[in-house]
Amino acid sequence: MKLPFRVILTAAVASATLVACSSNQKKPAPPAPANEVAATTTAPARAGSYTVDSLDSDSCLRQRIVYFDLDKTDIHSEYEAAIACHAAYLRQFPSARVTLEGNADERGTREYNLGLGERRGNSVSSALSAAGASTSQLNVVSYGEERPVCREHGEGCWQKNRRVEIVYTAKQ
Amino acid sequence: MHKQLSLWLATLILGLCAPQLFAQGLTLEIANGNASAIPIVTVPFANEGGGTPPETDVADVIRSDLNRCGQFRSLAKSDIIEFPARGDDIKFPTWRLLKQDYIVVGRVTGGTGGEATVDFELYTVGDQKKLAALSISGQRSDLRGIAHQAADIIYEKITGVRGAFWTRIAYVTAKGSGSNTAYALMVADSDGYGPQTVVSSRQPLMSPAWSPDGRKLAYVSFERGNSSIYIQDISTGSREVVSANKGINGAPAFSPDGSKLALALSNGINPDIYVLDLGSRHLTQITKHFSIDTEPTWTPDGQSLYFTSDRSGKPQIYETSASSGGDGTRITFSGEYNARASVSFDGKKIAMSQGNGNVYHIAVLDRSSGTSTVVSTGNFDESPSFAPNASMILYAATEGSRDVLYAVSADGRVRQRLVLADGDVRSPAWSPYRQRGQ
Repeated sequence: MKLPFRVILTAAVASATLVACSSNQKKPAPPAPANEVAATTTAPARAGSYTVDSLDSDSCLRQRIVYFDLDKTDIHSEYEAAIACHAAYLRQFPSARVTLEGNADERGTREYNLGLGERRGNSVSSALSAAGASTSQLNVVSYGEERPVCREHGEGCWQKNRRVEIVYTAKQ
Repeated sequence: MHKQLSLWLATLILGLCAPQLFAQGLTLEIANGNASAIPIVTVPFANEGGGTPPETDVADVIRSDLNRCGQFRSLAKSDIIEFPARGDDIKFPTWRLLKQDYIVVGRVTGGTGGEATVDFELYTVGDQKKLAALSISGQRSDLRGIAHQAADIIYEKITGVRGAFWTRIAYVTAKGSGSNTAYALMVADSDGYGPQTVVSSRQPLMSPAWSPDGRKLAYVSFERGNSSIYIQDISTGSREVVSANKGINGAPAFSPDGSKLALALSNGINPDIYVLDLGSRHLTQITKHFSIDTEPTWTPDGQSLYFTSDRSGKPQIYETSASSGGDGTRITFSGEYNARASVSFDGKKIAMSQGNGNVYHIAVLDRSSGTSTVVSTGNFDESPSFAPNASMILYAATEGSRDVLYAVSADGRVRQRLVLADGDVRSPAWSPYRQRGQ
């Protein structure tokens, strides 16, 4: 019983647009950038076999921060693997819920940056739902520039603050 | 002998109080100086009540008020050589020699209980004309407030414009870092003295906005897990949530008559400008655009709203009707980035945060000439807020890893840093004129 379920789920994830990186290479090869990531993160081929503990133990699921370019909200291809893993987990645990916390760097006004943070949160939310998560599992909160992880003034620090954090509010 | 002793005592007490006051107060930095500033002397006020001199040096407060608005140049206390306490005692030639245009003399009388009365007179030095002679009474503990009211009258008698020293400021403090940050919404006198906590939170607080009667603050709090807008009565502390929709609930701004609140709501998609009727709770959508529209602020007549939108790429300021709405017309064209407008009481000037590259200054746009003047010198200056008479602008700056507040004269020539608290101080908002008993 277990095996068919896993197969169905893998197929479902694969049919979603973001088939980031399956180590089970029976499917057509994913785009090149995702392939690079496949070497460094655990692929979501194990989708369906996640346990709640996987959130702490699986290297792909442990990747919970998506960083963004200046004034940009599109997601770098290097995060597609992680997006696919989280989408797979959310499909496996329909009662699991995540809050996508959008953040901006310090430049510009606080209220405008709330808008930027939300755009980024929405971008990750769209990617997760495109990869198979249900929109009812996804909540976006923008903190704008209110929660920096670093306070220096320079691109090295700013890029750490332009981020979306994937926070599980219910694991299963 | 007796007089000398009380003077010595006064010096001692002032000396003892000075470090504490300094830690809480402000530092004045004359940025460019102002050649056209009016020379005025405020002679130390006599203590006529008997007993211990008051802790507040009323003349000091008046002197620094007049200095920080940029339009006056107070004669330093150390350069004052005669000490008249009444108009009849002024030897005008002395002050003419010291090139003063105006002179203020006065006295403090302590009444029974906790009361105090400040009597003061304002004269022109040139033709020895009495411009004002007033008496202000109040609590002895509020001598600073009385001194600010005296400064307001002096300012008005000379400039013809109502003074705005006896006003307050609201701001947000943040202490600690990461998840250990403690946030507080504070209210203090306009010169930073007498800070009081309005609300404190473990989650971010943002964007305080005054009601036109100065009794309430609207602000954004994340204490419910997402941004929500609260309105709180400052004196009673009672408060209510007025907006807690999905997505962003931000940038509240009371209408000039206090009946409505403009705000930015995203409904989880992208922020647009709305107007909430505070009586009926009816919500009207003002802008409908896929860009980020936020930071609404009312024109003084309540007919229009200025707001920030990035529909052209980077944020710029637009104007639209506050009743019929619509996407509005762009009004800022210099600077790559213009956001967070604050409008002067007469609607003639708009202060904003103006960005070019990675540098953000406060710029003031003159609506009639269309020219824009930079009035700040930091790299990350934002959140400008006009004083109710537009003589000064309060704004937030970042120095090192610390957020601080500055007040700058409207011409940009005199700037002061407000040292308000440990940690970060941000999101300042200047109150409307204050009413007695408030």
